Amino acid sequence: MTSAHQDGQPALPSRRAHLQQWLGLGAMALAGLLPHGAHAANRRLICVGGALTEIVYALGASADLAGVDTTSLYPPAAQSLPSVGYARTLSAEGILALAPSMVLATEDAGPSTVLRQLENAGIAVHILAANHQFEGLLQRIQKVGELTGHAGEATELQTRLRNEWQMVRTNVEAHPAASPRVLFILSHSMSQIMVAGQETSADAMLRYAGARNAMQGFTGFKPLTPEAVIAAQPDIILLTDLGLKAAGSKAAILKLPGLAQTPAGRKQRIVSMETMLLLGFGPRLPLALKELDRSLQSAMQAG
Amino acid sequence: MRIPFRLIPRAHWGNKWQVVLLVAITVLALALASSIGAVSIGWRDWLSPLQAESTGNSYVLWQLRVPRTLLALFAGGMLGVAGALAQGLFRNPLADPGLLGVNSGAACAAALTIVFADSLPWTLPAGLRPWLLPLAAFAGALLVCFTLDRVARWITPGSIAGLLLTGIALNAIAVAVLGLCTYLSTDEQLRSLSFWTLGSLAGAGWTIVGVALLMLLMAIWQVRRLARAMNALALGEAAAAHVGIEVATLRSRTILIVALLVGATVAWCGMISFISLIAPHLVRTLHGSDQRRVLPLSIFFGGLLLLIADTLARTLATPAEIPVGIFTALLGGPFFLMLLNQTRERIG
Repeated sequence: MTSAHQDGQPALPSRRAHLQQWLGLGAMALAGLLPHGAHAANRRLICVGGALTEIVYALGASADLAGVDTTSLYPPAAQSLPSVGYARTLSAEGILALAPSMVLATEDAGPSTVLRQLENAGIAVHILAANHQFEGLLQRIQKVGELTGHAGEATELQTRLRNEWQMVRTNVEAHPAASPRVLFILSHSMSQIMVAGQETSADAMLRYAGARNAMQGFTGFKPLTPEAVIAAQPDIILLTDLGLKAAGSKAAILKLPGLAQTPAGRKQRIVSMETMLLLGFGPRLPLALKELDRSLQSAMQAG
Repeated sequence: MRIPFRLIPRAHWGNKWQVVLLVAITVLALALASSIGAVSIGWRDWLSPLQAESTGNSYVLWQLRVPRTLLALFAGGMLGVAGALAQGLFRNPLADPGLLGVNSGAACAAALTIVFADSLPWTLPAGLRPWLLPLAAFAGALLVCFTLDRVARWITPGSIAGLLLTGIALNAIAVAVLGLCTYLSTDEQLRSLSFWTLGSLAGAGWTIVGVALLMLLMAIWQVRRLARAMNALALGEAAAAHVGIEVATLRSRTILIVALLVGATVAWCGMISFISLIAPHLVRTLHGSDQRRVLPLSIFFGGLLLLIADTLARTLATPAEIPVGIFTALLGGPFFLMLLNQTRERIG
């Protein structure tokens, strides 16, 4: 978590040293590959939002990255970059210390005063709209590609993702069986579980996977009473790897209030996936849908 | 009837040299806090306002860091003096605006505004919008203060425990409404809400610093007039009335000032706990409980405490930032226990 500017030297020479270092690296990595190679080496990117970081890596623009937020966990290399902290409590000076030329952020980034301070300091701050649609992902890739000077790679990535998506979707639509009712648990404590309603990333993924969200009638992630859990009658419980780890085991999940009385609980149909893969809507979206579909199908066939 | 206060010596700030020392420490702390941070600052940057061309990091220093350290000092001072006033008014060392629900009342009103302002049938003129949240926070703080004053006298007249319990009940209600707002809020609204509940000085700018200084000066001006009356009040309301103090006026004026100070800090910096409790205690332990010293010194100590806490918050995890509330509680909590230990005979 240290930056090159904490060595006590005035920042300008040290920034220059940085650029020279990047120029050297950039020349090696990018020479002849990119039409904008020379520009790319001058660019220092801060990425706020795990999905955006994934896009930057997928476009091969990761050499420009100067810092990421705490949700940027994939690919693992991103975790060794300087962390600018939690997306909603960014620090203007902390980000400026990384001498960025551009900040790419999701709508989650804030506080808004900090974003304004960054813009006033002459940093290009780009807020990319988030939505839970495949088309939205393609638009974000396009935008990131244009902003980072990797428009060509962006087009290639879009084409590749479109093909993969088409294949996975065809697969999903080929399933003959009725769609299972799935309850997505975001987090849980001893007495309460937090589940996904409508207009959530989890709800969108379930719809793409041909499943039905067992929770209807509210939007966002909300805590649920045990009675409502039973009333929802989910066929499958879906949760994140972190959630499963926090509980300890699948048996512990079934002990949560109400869950044992549902079809999912009786048949022990519990599926877990990595949070950023499942909910991130990044370039791994086709992969995520493929894995979700496979997990749901095998859970239904097993029980 | 005017207050015949010739029996009590004139207001004094203590030894002149102590005041000089305190001001020197404050200035030094400001300079020190402004010189450390994620970006390293050279001496050229300090001079940049005098030069025609701006150097590399003058923006960071003069637009981000200096306003922020000043705001920390002023907001801490406002909280410190608000705590001292509340403790003096309610004649209770635990009567801290935070514990009594004034902070949460202000935050709660701000949260209600964030969540429900868009669904109101009428819209506000654009010029008023930036002032909507500070005004709402102030109104919330005022409401809690007045309810506290009224309810405590009505249900449990003269009982200090009654007052504290009323405050705790109001605090619980405000926190509950805050929780309800969080539950009802959309993602977008939640983003602005988390700012109020976590507390942060990241929004500091010269405008806010200016207004904060103005409010602090107003508070100092008022406090100079209130201090002696507060001393008389320490003997009890009846005794204060006997020496010619209009207790009702004193109460309502003090409540107004506390609400204004707390409402303003909550509106700009979110909920920052412990400063208003610790600063007056610290002063009383060092200098006794003469309000003519406690009130002005609480400004200094509150300001210094928040300055230290915020400097830690923004430097320890660079380039990220740690919520300042963690450090005010970490600095304040153990310290408070130490004070309690020292003064337990007096309090018990």
